[in-house]
Amino acid sequence: MELSFPTKPFRTHGGAAVPHMKHTAQTKSVVMPVPNAVAIPMQMHVGAPCSPLVKPGDLVTVGQKIGDSKGFVSAPIHASISGKVKAIQKVQLCNGSYSTAVVIESDGKMEMCPDLKAPEVTDLKSFLQAVRDSGLVGLGGAGFPTHVKLNVPEGKTVDTLIVNVAECEPYLTADNREALENSASVLDGVFLVMKMLKLSRGIIAVESNKPEVIQQFRSMLSSDQRNSNNQVGVLPLRAAYPQGAEKVLIKSCTDRTVPMGKLPADVGCIVMNVTSIAFLADYMKTGIPLVKKRLTIDGSAVKNRENVIVPIGTRIRDILEFVGMKCEPAKILVGGPMMGMSVPTVDAPVQKQNNGLIFLDEAEAHEPETTACIRCGRCVMGCPMHLMPTKLETYAKAKDVDALQAYDVMDCMECGTCAFNCPANRPLVQAIRMGKALVKAGGAKK
Amino acid sequence: MGKLIVSSSPHLHTKTSTQRIMLDVIIALVPAMVASIVIFGWRALCLLVISVLTSVLCEYLCRKVMKRENTIYDLSAVVTGILLAMNVPSSLNPLMLMLGDVIAIVVVKQMFGGIGQNFVNPALMARIILMNSFPGPMGSWPKPFAADAATSATPLGIINQHQKFYPNYLQLFLGQRGGCLGETCALALLIGFVYLLVRKVITPTIPLIYIGTAAFLSLVMGRDVLTDILCGGLLLGAIFMATDYTTSPLTLKGQVIYAIGCGCLTMLIRQFGSLPEGVSYSIIIMNILTPLIERGTRPMAFGKAPKGKKKEAAQQ
Repeated sequence: MELSFPTKPFRTHGGAAVPHMKHTAQTKSVVMPVPNAVAIPMQMHVGAPCSPLVKPGDLVTVGQKIGDSKGFVSAPIHASISGKVKAIQKVQLCNGSYSTAVVIESDGKMEMCPDLKAPEVTDLKSFLQAVRDSGLVGLGGAGFPTHVKLNVPEGKTVDTLIVNVAECEPYLTADNREALENSASVLDGVFLVMKMLKLSRGIIAVESNKPEVIQQFRSMLSSDQRNSNNQVGVLPLRAAYPQGAEKVLIKSCTDRTVPMGKLPADVGCIVMNVTSIAFLADYMKTGIPLVKKRLTIDGSAVKNRENVIVPIGTRIRDILEFVGMKCEPAKILVGGPMMGMSVPTVDAPVQKQNNGLIFLDEAEAHEPETTACIRCGRCVMGCPMHLMPTKLETYAKAKDVDALQAYDVMDCMECGTCAFNCPANRPLVQAIRMGKALVKAGGAKK
Repeated sequence: MGKLIVSSSPHLHTKTSTQRIMLDVIIALVPAMVASIVIFGWRALCLLVISVLTSVLCEYLCRKVMKRENTIYDLSAVVTGILLAMNVPSSLNPLMLMLGDVIAIVVVKQMFGGIGQNFVNPALMARIILMNSFPGPMGSWPKPFAADAATSATPLGIINQHQKFYPNYLQLFLGQRGGCLGETCALALLIGFVYLLVRKVITPTIPLIYIGTAAFLSLVMGRDVLTDILCGGLLLGAIFMATDYTTSPLTLKGQVIYAIGCGCLTMLIRQFGSLPEGVSYSIIIMNILTPLIERGTRPMAFGKAPKGKKKEAAQQ
């Protein structure tokens, strides 16, 4: 069946007009000098944590595998700097949980691992093995191992690759910069994945607030010989939060609705973050695994707002020192302000799936007071999943598990649109998370 | 480095607050307030001021007695005060109006839990109680631009008596007729409507469908459509009362049903009831039906199969 390329995005429901605050969109990324030490957590993905393959005292080089797991849903972990393993210890991560981490003291040389070489890819199996070896996880924030995502289960047919360059979170421009600074690799990755998975259509989905990205890809694609059938194209999307959420993005790009509890592959789509796909292309050429990450550093407490490329495992403290502080941050966010988490400690290390650090000063961190719900309906009208957040809040507070299930609490993706829109500033997402926990606990009892 | 704040996402919030929304409603009511003072004179101004002050005082005292936090700064009591004053004739004894404010704020609003919890519109309920308690004073309409206490019949009153009414649409549009304080000047109300739409305080769904339904029924019943729209409290009710967040459905489908219901009831009362006007009663009845409407119009969650289809799938 011939698939047509969408001429304009399809309609999606709801959303919020969040301020963009893309201060760093025009600034070229800078590479941070190697920190004295990094702490590389063994849990940087959804799934089974890795076990360390090194012990204190070992010498490691950049790209050397230092952690792996036998679990299928998992991805290996590599040393991001060269030096000596100082300790294997528990560290607190950005989300507040604790994980085993390999602490490496830098020798300042950034010596590359001698075993690194471009993988030999002949068929789908060797391709998926190479993806696993690269240590790639979903870099948009989810941290889902990419080799699992690309391993389409038998019986499902996938025809469309969607490259997610929506980057709808305020502040963040890391994907934007990746698309501009590494555009050739992005396209290499698109054609590679499409060839390997035999996909007939590639949609590069960009929010319309990134005209340079749209322009760049359009001009490159028009002269690209691999794109003879125009099977790959750019689709500018309405710049409205949460445009980059997987199910919303699929609806915008293909008008297909992912059924509740199902995956994109069930409607013939694979969605990949732009940084993930560019990394994949680079890995196939060089064999250097995922050891560094571009982070948007922004917020009112930061002196130099910019995109910084840092080795994975760099502690937030070191990054803050590099960019300089205007004042002491009152709140630090990893990821964007809509779905990102507030970090409990400046000693937390950067993980693979992180894409930004926002340092807020006292005034910006201040949250308005919560008042009574006035039933204005802004949460209902804005919900991209067509839920009724105010009802969910009420039922979560009443611990009414049956009502929570009847109102589909588990379908919530916690995008925060409802809580952003709420004039009474009610903690809707927090209540819904509690509701989900209640449903899970209730289901376990039954 | 000091302690870091840890809280649940999202970490960013809209600048719109309940207070800002209520302020917008007050701003939207300013043209109608000015018009009422121009048309009915200083008595209109007095009633507005008295009503607002009484409402706010009631809210303050009530919260104090109930040992709850003070909510007068959310400005919702001000809105209720203005709306109630707009729904009475300018000749009303201020003491009666003050009684209405007490009913609206204390009985209808605070006794049910305060803002967001009342099951009917406080100002409308208070108006209905005043209408039934003081049918004489609540049913005599001072002539516009008249210094003396001369009264006149309202256009809908004339029609209700099966007498011929010869409308002058321009006069009706500008508000030169007998009626409640705030309902007469259609122009002022429409300016407020546009303001509310621009500020995104309300969506046009409820007002347009309400007025549209009423106009359609008016046409079917062989009445004068423009008179029905411009007279009585239809515009004031459709724009400012039926759109009250608390007492109208949350869902779009629900709002459509609610507005159609308001329109039908209004015209049925006007045509067949012994009352000349039915906006207050129809909105109150639909307020009471709102929870039911809402339950029946729950949006289908994204990606959820409709019930019938699920069964089909299970059978296959």
